[in-house]
Amino acid sequence: MAEETKKKKLPSTFANMVIVLTVISLISALALAFTFKMTEVPRIEGKRQKTITALREVLPEFDNKPDEEMIEVMDDGEKDPAFKIIIYPARKGSELVGVAVKSYSKKAFGEPIWLMVGFDKNKKIVNISVLEQKETPGLGTKMADAQFKDQFKDKEPQTFKFKVKKDQGNVDAISAATISSRAFCDAVDRAYRALDKAPGGGVQ
Amino acid sequence: MSFRKELFRGLIKENPTLVLLLGMCPTLAVSSSAINGVGMGLAATVVLMGSNVVIALLKDIIPDKVRIPAFIVVIACFVTIIDLSMEAFTPELHAALGIFIPLIVVNCIILGRAEAYASKNSVGKSFIDGLVMGLGFTMALVLFGSIREFLGNGSVFGSKFVAEDASTILLFILPPGAFITLGFLIAVVNRLQKKKG
Repeated sequence: MAEETKKKKLPSTFANMVIVLTVISLISALALAFTFKMTEVPRIEGKRQKTITALREVLPEFDNKPDEEMIEVMDDGEKDPAFKIIIYPARKGSELVGVAVKSYSKKAFGEPIWLMVGFDKNKKIVNISVLEQKETPGLGTKMADAQFKDQFKDKEPQTFKFKVKKDQGNVDAISAATISSRAFCDAVDRAYRALDKAPGGGVQ
Repeated sequence: MSFRKELFRGLIKENPTLVLLLGMCPTLAVSSSAINGVGMGLAATVVLMGSNVVIALLKDIIPDKVRIPAFIVVIACFVTIIDLSMEAFTPELHAALGIFIPLIVVNCIILGRAEAYASKNSVGKSFIDGLVMGLGFTMALVLFGSIREFLGNGSVFGSKFVAEDASTILLFILPPGAFITLGFLIAVVNRLQKKKG
């Protein structure tokens, strides 16, 4: 049941329209700036936590702070600073126990995917964590499931080709999600290449 | 106006998704799992209630000719607040819903209720309308999402009912399956309505 409010409404003069829209916009801007500030700390902390959780998941036990010793490298031919590969050395005491590489692939179905690939000191994969992906729910998103990821554990390029079986590799792709599977392999491949670029902090 | 009657209106009689046919885009896109449906529905409900209240409060000072831009600014403001809050406090859900949170701004339900109800009714009534319409949307999404998740993934809210490698009807998690499910649901609702009256 609508009430009759037409006669009380502010007339649509030019001045009224400009003033009302300006005031509404100003108040909205204030509310947004306030919310942005209030949520800033949890949002940044959330991102940092995500990185730490991923590091713990993909590396053998360590007791240093890999994110404080991180090294940034760029893939060959990559000019975009948004696509930095980050290498995290993990140590137990003074010994290097492994290295995690934050790698990406632009060949995904949706937006570029980001993986955290953990290597032990023999350059074998310990585990992989999916940091960011925007693949099709129920299909490409399965790349984050153990069922797909676990086949990469303990593997190295000499004995295990990081390409899907369709491309003459050894990787079992996700059914109906070949593109996502290929992108995953691409990111792992890129992580391997980055290992060789890490000066000193890399695995020798 | 009893709350029970309003609830019935929002959930069934004038369900925004299945009867008024509003908000089709996010319904089809985000409903591939039950939990995504809940998340999206609740986020949209909060926005709907907030924007309905603000617009009802301002209805006498917004000149008629600029009401649409004014509504959009208010709605966009609320959605951005929700987006930032979700990123800060519910990061997994935020990542799962992704781009569809900002798309709540153009969810026809929000603008539709602003224009059809909040701009013409009291704050109290508009608040209730926002709540029941939002719940109706959420219910439709959860129903939708559960069907699609069950047929397409063999699970509901993540709990699997079939073996790990059982073959499921993948079509239902993809866009064509969304359209098919929606078509069937609307047909069922239409049939039920015909019977009643």
